[in-house]
Amino acid sequence: MNIVACVKQVPDTEAQIKVKGDGSGIEEGGIKWVMNPYDEFGVEEALKLKEKLGGDVTIVSVGPARSMETVRTALAMGAEKGIQIDDPALNNADAYATAEALAAAIKGIPHDIIFCGQRAIDDDSAQVGSILAELLGIPQVTFVTKLEINGTAVKATRPIEGASVVIETSLPCVITATKGLNEPRYASLPGIMKAKKKPVDIKKAADLGVSGASKSKVAKFAPPPARPPGKILCADDTPEGKAAELAKLLREEAKVI
Amino acid sequence: MAKGVWIVAEQRDGALRKVSFELASTARKLADQLGEEVGAVLCGSGVEAMAAELGKYGVDKVYVADNPALEPYTTDAHAAAVAKVVKENDPAILLLAASAQGKDLAPSVVGKLATGMATDCTDVKIDGGKLVAVRPMYAGKCFGEVVVDTFPQMASLRPNVFTIVECAKAGEVVKFDAGLGEAKTKVVEVQKEASGKIDVAEANIIVSGGRGMKGPEGYGILEELAGLLGAAVGASRAAVDAGWRPQSDQVGQTGKVVSPNLYIACGISGAIQHLAGMSSSKYIVAINKDAEAPIFARADYGVVDDLFKVVPALTQEVKKLLA
Repeated sequence: MNIVACVKQVPDTEAQIKVKGDGSGIEEGGIKWVMNPYDEFGVEEALKLKEKLGGDVTIVSVGPARSMETVRTALAMGAEKGIQIDDPALNNADAYATAEALAAAIKGIPHDIIFCGQRAIDDDSAQVGSILAELLGIPQVTFVTKLEINGTAVKATRPIEGASVVIETSLPCVITATKGLNEPRYASLPGIMKAKKKPVDIKKAADLGVSGASKSKVAKFAPPPARPPGKILCADDTPEGKAAELAKLLREEAKVI
Repeated sequence: MAKGVWIVAEQRDGALRKVSFELASTARKLADQLGEEVGAVLCGSGVEAMAAELGKYGVDKVYVADNPALEPYTTDAHAAAVAKVVKENDPAILLLAASAQGKDLAPSVVGKLATGMATDCTDVKIDGGKLVAVRPMYAGKCFGEVVVDTFPQMASLRPNVFTIVECAKAGEVVKFDAGLGEAKTKVVEVQKEASGKIDVAEANIIVSGGRGMKGPEGYGILEELAGLLGAAVGASRAAVDAGWRPQSDQVGQTGKVVSPNLYIACGISGAIQHLAGMSSSKYIVAINKDAEAPIFARADYGVVDDLFKVVPALTQEVKKLLA
């Protein structure tokens, strides 16, 4: 089975995000970069599928040179090879331009199933997997928490508000992974050593025949609005007294209950 | 030239969802600034009767695709129908819900229309005749103002953030043929969770518990308070990773990013990734016995005490208020 997993390098969840003085972007200095956690679920599912059905896993990523580390992490987890799309034209690419580059790269290799994270935790766009499926002309199931493959039949579960929906489709397809699908493995030391020798193709936008042009842009970044300082409730020193004061404030001042 | 502000209305089980009225009201506001009409796309089976209700919230025309193949919702059928009617009518702006269904539908429509979209927006405005969509990024650690250079300019709106305003318009029904091909995906089962459960992404009030709950049984007191308030029960990553609560309840950067009117954080210290996911709540209450917990820096009201004493006492106080 030819399995593809798309990964993006993002700031760690514990990273503080500081907006540049001119609002043109975020300060990248001091950030610890990691594989997008939702992509990890995709890579893990790709590896589990390979272990069960045979075949190989190709990692595809769009990002600057530092992203190679994330591609290598996925190879260290057990993927066979990688494609890294690194082009200044794709810096700050929006979801459409990113998906277009991924689609062009994936069209050039055999693909039975493609995994993406349901969203990247940096721009939170949650669009790339779906656009990719549209550009490849294949079905998709997004936000998947459970996946079964039988021959070319695909059965996937996705949560919606207050329910889970079980969907059937067929290969080839795009699956976007969310938390609950699996527990991603850690790369082993031998895995890390082997990953250094695994092949990674570096591609430019022109190699793939795409312009890298975005349809949308973030015109301005801003820090979140400041919250006014809060009150520590201490009219009475007992839990009951504090609870009574809180209930009163929520009712009369905030008017939210 | 592209003209009009459109929405994709969301319905489930024979009724329009509240977010559809939020979309309609917001579209009306933008359309009035542009001097244009509001259109709504409504897809499903037996849905025509819902069109009049959209009219109440400012929709001039409702483009209805009534087809058994559009029920229940599937990505490919709904995306095909929406893309077809949008291509035929060329609206300037297209708004969708950033609900579970909308988050699935919207990017497929983006792919079919080859345009751009701002996801999960908390504000939208018109500047120089163009849509400017404000959205949290990095789960709310910063905000971005997004402009789309192609038509339609698409944005998905976070549920529960935009105000519903009644504004009677015609809600005239315009039927269209969804032009569906062979279905690529099929819903085979819908597993409903315990009835009456409110999803954290849609709740007006969230009572949330973290590591300080000490175990799954600790959540009983949060359930009781939430039941009284009509609230959802949320959880921190620590609580979900410990297996105390389901993944669907997780609030934070690797869970759901929420904006309720009231967020009550119990036994949550306030890791950066959690704060990011709930900082845009209107009011935040923190109940934690550690006075140094970072959550207090974000809270409007802080209670430094044992949550196992404060929460039951708060429940009693709320009972008195609601009596």
